[in-house]
Amino acid sequence: MVPISRDEVAHVARLARLDVTDDELDRFAGQLAAVLAHAADLAAMDTAGVPPTGRPYPLVNVLRDDVVAPSLGRDEVLAMAPAAEAGRFRVPRILGEAP
Amino acid sequence: MDAVDIARAVRAGARTARDVVEEHLTAVAGREEELHAFNLVLADEARSQADEVDRRVAAGEDPGPLAGVPVALKDNLCTRGIPTTCSSLILEGWRPPYDATVVTRLRQAGAIVVGKTNLDEFAMGSSTENSAFGPTRNPHDPSRVPGGSSGGSAAAVAAGFASLALGSDTGGSIRQPAALCGVVGVKPTYGLVSRYGLVAFASSLDQVGPFATSVADAALALEVIAGHDPADSTSIPRPAPSLSAVLDHGVEGLRIGVVRELVDAVDADVGARLSAAAAALEAAGAKVDEVSVPATTLGLSAYYLLATAEASSNLARYDGVRYGLRVDGDDVGAMYGATRAAGFGAEVKRRIMLGTYALSAGYYDAYYGQAQRVRTLIIRDFDVTYASYDLLLAPTAPTTAFALGSKTADPLTMYLSDVCTIPSNLAGHPAVSVPYGRGDDGLPVGVQLLAPALGEATMFRAAAALERSLAVRGQAPGER
Repeated sequence: MVPISRDEVAHVARLARLDVTDDELDRFAGQLAAVLAHAADLAAMDTAGVPPTGRPYPLVNVLRDDVVAPSLGRDEVLAMAPAAEAGRFRVPRILGEAP
Repeated sequence: MDAVDIARAVRAGARTARDVVEEHLTAVAGREEELHAFNLVLADEARSQADEVDRRVAAGEDPGPLAGVPVALKDNLCTRGIPTTCSSLILEGWRPPYDATVVTRLRQAGAIVVGKTNLDEFAMGSSTENSAFGPTRNPHDPSRVPGGSSGGSAAAVAAGFASLALGSDTGGSIRQPAALCGVVGVKPTYGLVSRYGLVAFASSLDQVGPFATSVADAALALEVIAGHDPADSTSIPRPAPSLSAVLDHGVEGLRIGVVRELVDAVDADVGARLSAAAAALEAAGAKVDEVSVPATTLGLSAYYLLATAEASSNLARYDGVRYGLRVDGDDVGAMYGATRAAGFGAEVKRRIMLGTYALSAGYYDAYYGQAQRVRTLIIRDFDVTYASYDLLLAPTAPTTAFALGSKTADPLTMYLSDVCTIPSNLAGHPAVSVPYGRGDDGLPVGVQLLAPALGEATMFRAAAALERSLAVRGQAPGER
């Protein structure tokens, strides 16, 4: 079984923007390793020269006519936001304090 | 009562839609507290929709092909102004500003939406135990799970709460609960039914489909919801197939292969029902023999890397900015992390982590890339098989409905529930689960017919033949 360290799990959690507890770090390390161990059957397959499949039916360049059509109203959308101000989504500060 | 019969009676003025709705709401009042099929029952809305259908009938207008038919919607289908939770705390209280295309089409066809059904959070699970609002129970035995992730929809139809229901199927989430609850469940060809307004889990695998108590009802429902939608760029640009008209065409001369690798994966009593189904199709005139589709054994591993990778990307949108839950933090990064930690349940977190890992630098090619290449191998194996066969026959689930709590401790054990259904999602092919008797424990067993892309018409012919052979219909428990 491929061991996965707590540090690796913590790194993945940061990538996923997900706060995790110490308890979750331990639990996810074991569970992720178990699922990845099951996936060893994939690693054993010779796939040299086999193209990847991203979608069952490749439909490329699906375009519509460039005509004006009704869209969702701004107020209706902002009404569902946790915080809004002056016609915009309001969020906590994005940048840290200037040094 | 079957949807076909309800629509016929309501359209003819022989029965009011209001009467039909009241009958179903009475059934809900009788057992919903015990079963928890719904996150939300829309009694008042259903009554006013029914009155509108009755007004149209009285005025001589066409009320639509599903006039007065009560339908339940999986709570990951957007309904304008009506809470759509995905059974997640992160969306609790959210009211979408639009209807999913399938919901619009059902309403236009005269169907009556009676409620939003429970699911595994964001459709991630095989038992409906991963709901933030508590599990749904199996109407045939409330100590058992209904399957999942569309367990609420399957239970609602099995219990007679609704005549039809919609679910979504990413790795088996319509077919497996249909099998465990003794009803018909259809996963259409990828792209046949619009995904616009279906909350995304794994976009290359997700497909909306119907639950019903008969093959004819499922055919009618699929005819209404299928067909091109410009709002979904993966929607196949062709009209809905004609299915109801071919149900009595029989299976004479069809070549049907029983998939050896999937039979090997199931309990003996489930396998016995599959053998009975194979014999019935042969007796009806099909040419049935065993066939090997080796790459199907790789489906589970490929799926749990691909689906989680896509989920980790799709679920990045739940960030506390535009809708749903927000937990405040000192800066936006802290807000993201705290919001997602508080809003997602354990299984969703686990899958986001697994998918993020499979996509991360250093592992991308070994896991995500390799799974995508194996997906190609699985499709190639199906293509080779369908050169010699019109349809394939397989079990739907390895077991009958299992006890609540029996698989929650080990995620991998739970994932194995989907081993027979996943290959169709990876290939983008249609499949239908048809109830076919009961297992040793007296609980329903489903068998699955698989077809190549856009092979729905042939698939429904065989499903109808199977149904006729046993005269089994997904009756509410106790009716037979």
